[in-house]
Amino acid sequence: MKREDDFEVRRMHLADLSEEQLENRFWELCYKIVDPLVELSKYNTSPSIERSVLLRMGFSSIESKKIVDKVVGMNLLGKGAGNVVYRLSNERNIDIHDAGCLIINEDLESEIKSLFNGGEIHEA
Amino acid sequence: MKLKENEKLDIEYILNDLKNYKPKRKGWTWRKDTGSRKVGEFEYNEVSDNLDKSIPLPASKSFEYIDPQPDCVITTEIASGRFEDDIRRMRMAAWGGADHIMVIRTAGQSHFDGLIEGTPEGVGGVPISRKEVRATRKALDIIEEEVGRPINFHSYVSGIAGPEIAVMFAEEGVNGAHQDPQYNVLYRNINMVRSFVDAAVAKKIMAYGDMLQIDGAHNANATATKAWKVMPELMVQHGINAAFSRRVGMKAEDIALSTVPPTAPPAPCIRMDLPYAVALRELFKDYKMRAQMNTKYMESDMREATVTHTLNILISRLTSVDIQSTITPDEGRNIPWHYNNINAINTAKQALLGLDGIKDMVEIKRDGVLGDKVRELKERAVLFLEEIIEVGGYFNAVEQGFFVDSGFYPERNGDGIARDINGGVEANSVYKRDEDYFAPVCEHFGYNNIPKDVKRPCDVIGGCTLCNREKIVYIDELDGNDNVSKRLEQSKKYRKGDFLKPEVEWAGDGIISTTIFLPISEDIAESAAIEIGKKLGLLDVSIIHKQVMQNAEGTLVEIKGKVPFSIDVSKLHIPEKIKTLSDEEIKKEIHDTPMSIVAATVGEDEHSVGLREIIDIKHGGIEKYGIKCHSLGTSCPLEDLIDAAIEADADAILISTIITHNDVHIKNMKYLNDLCIERGIREKIILVAGGTQVSNEIAIESGLDAGFGRGTKGCDVASFLVMRRREMRETLEKSKNRD
Repeated sequence: MKREDDFEVRRMHLADLSEEQLENRFWELCYKIVDPLVELSKYNTSPSIERSVLLRMGFSSIESKKIVDKVVGMNLLGKGAGNVVYRLSNERNIDIHDAGCLIINEDLESEIKSLFNGGEIHEA
Repeated sequence: MKLKENEKLDIEYILNDLKNYKPKRKGWTWRKDTGSRKVGEFEYNEVSDNLDKSIPLPASKSFEYIDPQPDCVITTEIASGRFEDDIRRMRMAAWGGADHIMVIRTAGQSHFDGLIEGTPEGVGGVPISRKEVRATRKALDIIEEEVGRPINFHSYVSGIAGPEIAVMFAEEGVNGAHQDPQYNVLYRNINMVRSFVDAAVAKKIMAYGDMLQIDGAHNANATATKAWKVMPELMVQHGINAAFSRRVGMKAEDIALSTVPPTAPPAPCIRMDLPYAVALRELFKDYKMRAQMNTKYMESDMREATVTHTLNILISRLTSVDIQSTITPDEGRNIPWHYNNINAINTAKQALLGLDGIKDMVEIKRDGVLGDKVRELKERAVLFLEEIIEVGGYFNAVEQGFFVDSGFYPERNGDGIARDINGGVEANSVYKRDEDYFAPVCEHFGYNNIPKDVKRPCDVIGGCTLCNREKIVYIDELDGNDNVSKRLEQSKKYRKGDFLKPEVEWAGDGIISTTIFLPISEDIAESAAIEIGKKLGLLDVSIIHKQVMQNAEGTLVEIKGKVPFSIDVSKLHIPEKIKTLSDEEIKKEIHDTPMSIVAATVGEDEHSVGLREIIDIKHGGIEKYGIKCHSLGTSCPLEDLIDAAIEADADAILISTIITHNDVHIKNMKYLNDLCIERGIREKIILVAGGTQVSNEIAIESGLDAGFGRGTKGCDVASFLVMRRREMRETLEKSKNRD
């Protein structure tokens, strides 16, 4: 879009604001813009976020990547990749790291999906 | 490990047992005890604790070698592609006064899907891997103990692996990072939804790590054709990142705005940049200011860059600065060279100290023309925000090319960077969190369906790496060929053996540069300079700077090239260091046998600073030992000096000679010796010359007893005079006995 500088016209409604009011307006608008982005972030995840969860759970970066790729393939990333590993370890009564390795090395899609009601989705 | 100042940092030691290395601390550190203090004989108002070890500014020689440290953190960016060589530069930078080391990432890391492991060589930066980070932090932990001030280590939490990098940084004691989703969107074309969703998680982890966050707004300066026109947008970008960061849990004091004075001479930059700096500091009073130096308009002229950077510091001091970042003056030429990091740090330190306390005497006229500009900028920024909301929010605004438009908002030129919400790298890669979404780890941002009966989410897995660092998985190397050990093997002989090569970036790179003036036009000068480089024996000669002095009369050219040889240090002839006596011994000898000297600068030479320093008691000169000094001032004829010496029955004549045109300094020395012989006093009098281009060898060749060059102190000269007089008396005694 091209537009001439119409500052003098646009600013009319700001002209009478005190310096403090103007600054407050700046911040109100900033928060108004970011609040929907914050909400969006609260209720979404991504492969990188899930890899960061797995790293914190004690997986290497290489393992984290492989596990996330598998979980994405099962369409279960919305459950949390860490959660998938956690539930499998509970189900099989094995430690977290072994559960992660099983997911990497074997095809456990149906078993894992059964741990999540067949992979049904109920958005948070 | 404790470093010894005359020993090199041992890279092999740094790399040894990294698997078990734990960083000493986490979080950002500001300088301590900031405010007023006396350093040397001066009162400062804006300084901090002195360092235990440092290299002061060159002029400190005339100020008892004081090295006051400004109150703000000073940043230097170091990233040659090989961290093992950068670490040595970091030590030099720390000695120069930097306490914030920023490591630029290798080209392409933003688009790398995960963590890089090992130590591959980088391009235009360093591949930021756990090993690289851990090794660098380990080195900095040692270096900060040597200099006596914490050093903040900093890199980037951006790209498509931001959350993972943030976790790794928190685990490894990284102290600060750039994080701004807008940077991903605008400059890396990473999908905007993904960028914000990732950023929230990354920022929350950074907050846990007490890391200082720096935003990415300054990139708009560097991208826009007319950087001063994006000022309203810069405020908007700072505002969006700051507000988003606050909402996800960062504290205001851990958020720094990356701000650059947008303009540079020949524009009237202070008049344009100052209102912007004031507006920013008023709007963002709760936040920290990271003041960067201008790069946008800097090309290969290092002098020009330095002047602009000094003007940038004037803005910092007239307003406020928490972190003064530095840009190396050679950034427009090449990947920065070792010593240019130090030059940039010194530019900051020198200017900050020179401007210390300026606000006590000079005030910004807030009302009037500056105030009008401040108000206008704030209003333009508010209008920008209003229009973002009008079009339906941030994503829509980006789609419509609101950002980095070259118009002075609300003017629009239609050349902004537009991105598609469904486009860019990793488009459509975010997933709705399900009702039973669970991340069994600490410090996780957003919805998390944590089982009711657990205290910490990670309790269900027996702890996460943030609670138990034993769980961190350290990978050493993935590539058997592209790694630090292979590179160190190759450079070993230049690092540890007797073979010495010039170096600007990497051990053994062999690069030198040469300044050439050619009395000819630019085109011819360029080709001629390359030819000169080749004839000098340099390899890979290229031009790094050229500047026309006058179209026909001449061109300045700077070239760089590689030397095809190394120097065998064991075969070098190193002149012996002059022996000095203790102060007590000199004083006792002068007390028992008084000594007098006559001194002057000779020829047409008015430079008296050096001589004064050698003589004056105030500068620790020879007077302090009780030596009687007759100073004949400047530009003294040698004949007069000899007359005065005879009259005063002086033990020595000290001449200072700075001017070297046509070897006048050598001629003066020879003539002094000849005249003394002619007047029959040579055997009884000590002849000493001093000056920046004088060496002991030259002086002795010219018939004098000694010569003293740069860095000489009064005690060196006094020691020599005492020892030489003893020798001369012994010789005289012997010859008397023979007679």
